[in-house]
Amino acid sequence: MSTLMEFKEVDVHYGPIQALKKVSLSIDEGEIVTMIGANGAGKSTLLMSIFGQPRISSGEIIYRGEDISQKSAHYVASHGLAQSPEGRRIFPSMSVEENLLMGTIPIGMKHADEDMKHMFELFPRLEERRNQRASTMSGGEQQMLAIARALMSRPKLLLLDEPSLGLAPIIVKQIFQILKDVASTGMTIFLVEQNANHALKLADRGYVMVNGEIRLTGTGAELLVNPEVREAYLGGH
Amino acid sequence: MDIVLQQLVNGLTLGSVYGLIAIGYTMVYGIIGMINFAHGDVYMVSAYLTAISIALLTFFGVESFPFIIFGALVFTIVITGAYGWVIERVAYRPLRNSSRLSVLISAIGMSLILQNYVQLSQGPNQQGVPTLITGAFRFHIGDGYVQITYMKVLILLIALAGMGILTYIIQKTKLGRMCRATQQDRKMASILGIDTDKVISSVFVIGSAMAALAGVLVTLDYGAFDFYIGFIMGIKAFTAAVLGGIGSLPGAMLGGLILGLSESLFAGLVSSDYKDVFSFSLLVLILIIRPSGLLGKPAVEKV
Repeated sequence: MSTLMEFKEVDVHYGPIQALKKVSLSIDEGEIVTMIGANGAGKSTLLMSIFGQPRISSGEIIYRGEDISQKSAHYVASHGLAQSPEGRRIFPSMSVEENLLMGTIPIGMKHADEDMKHMFELFPRLEERRNQRASTMSGGEQQMLAIARALMSRPKLLLLDEPSLGLAPIIVKQIFQILKDVASTGMTIFLVEQNANHALKLADRGYVMVNGEIRLTGTGAELLVNPEVREAYLGGH
Repeated sequence: MDIVLQQLVNGLTLGSVYGLIAIGYTMVYGIIGMINFAHGDVYMVSAYLTAISIALLTFFGVESFPFIIFGALVFTIVITGAYGWVIERVAYRPLRNSSRLSVLISAIGMSLILQNYVQLSQGPNQQGVPTLITGAFRFHIGDGYVQITYMKVLILLIALAGMGILTYIIQKTKLGRMCRATQQDRKMASILGIDTDKVISSVFVIGSAMAALAGVLVTLDYGAFDFYIGFIMGIKAFTAAVLGGIGSLPGAMLGGLILGLSESLFAGLVSSDYKDVFSFSLLVLILIIRPSGLLGKPAVEKV
């Protein structure tokens, strides 16, 4: 397995506040890696820094052998990285279909019909609402749309920012089941989550982030039984 | 009766011109949240380009009207579009991450630069183009009649066609989807692989092209122009954009038509001296009732 992406000692500052402190991590091809941590730990900053928003203040982000930390967002997106971001950020005034088409920008429209059909198989709810305005859908449906939109670009690395946020447990379960299906196709996934239980069960490896620093790392199974993780993120059970 | 109909027809053509120019204001506002105060002057430049293109075409021996009008449209739209591209590149893009006030001042500066540059290069006097299309339809109603010049019909047809094509581009094409995505969430658009700078550039080109369409039509109809016509036309079109709901494309077209109609009707039926007072009072009234304009969405501050 070759390394697909690597963070090397990455620092990010928002003015005087340091959001990420010497963060190093790596993601191999075909792996599912998760980053768990509390609200405000710097998880979303980490994902957005891949797209240069914000720019990192030192360190390197190596993707397929190239430092992409100073590249433009659209450059990064057109080289196989797709993100379902924090807060979903679907286009509210567009229909479900149009939102999905926005995912095809990096690869063009040639696979659009085929891929959209595939998305409707993965997320049957989206097919029912294909001509509906995205803003009129429920939170769970919007989350599905954000993931499907990211998949429409046939990414080499799928970045997911808290897909469980604000959703009912039953919907969270559904979404993680779908992610499992996606992962079984060989897709590399980097998942950022507060829901440690679901995330660690899905992931091959995990990192724990506290206040912008990586505190712990290990396989998903190891972290699930780690006393510190259990105490902080799994309610001590 | 006949005067009402006459003014309705006049109002429609005037309104379609306002609508075309308002498109540039509303699209630019929609995508980068600024009022492009140089937009009226882009319209003014297109009037000069119309005259230049007609002179060039006649010089090269083109004499048939349809060819002259078609040639003038193509020449003026292409070059005015280029003006729009350059203006964004020079005056607005370097300030992309500055405060809105800086961009506003840059826009006012750009407006003055265009006026002075045209004044210097073309002279301060009023200029004109010959009337190319003469003749009119005349409909008798009772004792009076309504007269619609062929030129007015042409204005209305071409303006509506322009709006139709633009609506199709925005609603149905990839470029249109990219524009709408950038308007709704610029950061997300860039994460999806859209070069948002290019999209913003193309919005300036499209807006300027629409102003050029209006510029050619008005110049062919009215004939006379000077370096200062952009100001009042810009204010009117901006009013139309606000009236319809700034940021909304159908709003700009609707706002233009309402403004043109109300102005013409008031001028014909009450007093032409106070027509501007009337249309601006109408604007104030509509904004009191619907602060976001007729088709605008209520502004939600993003946190």
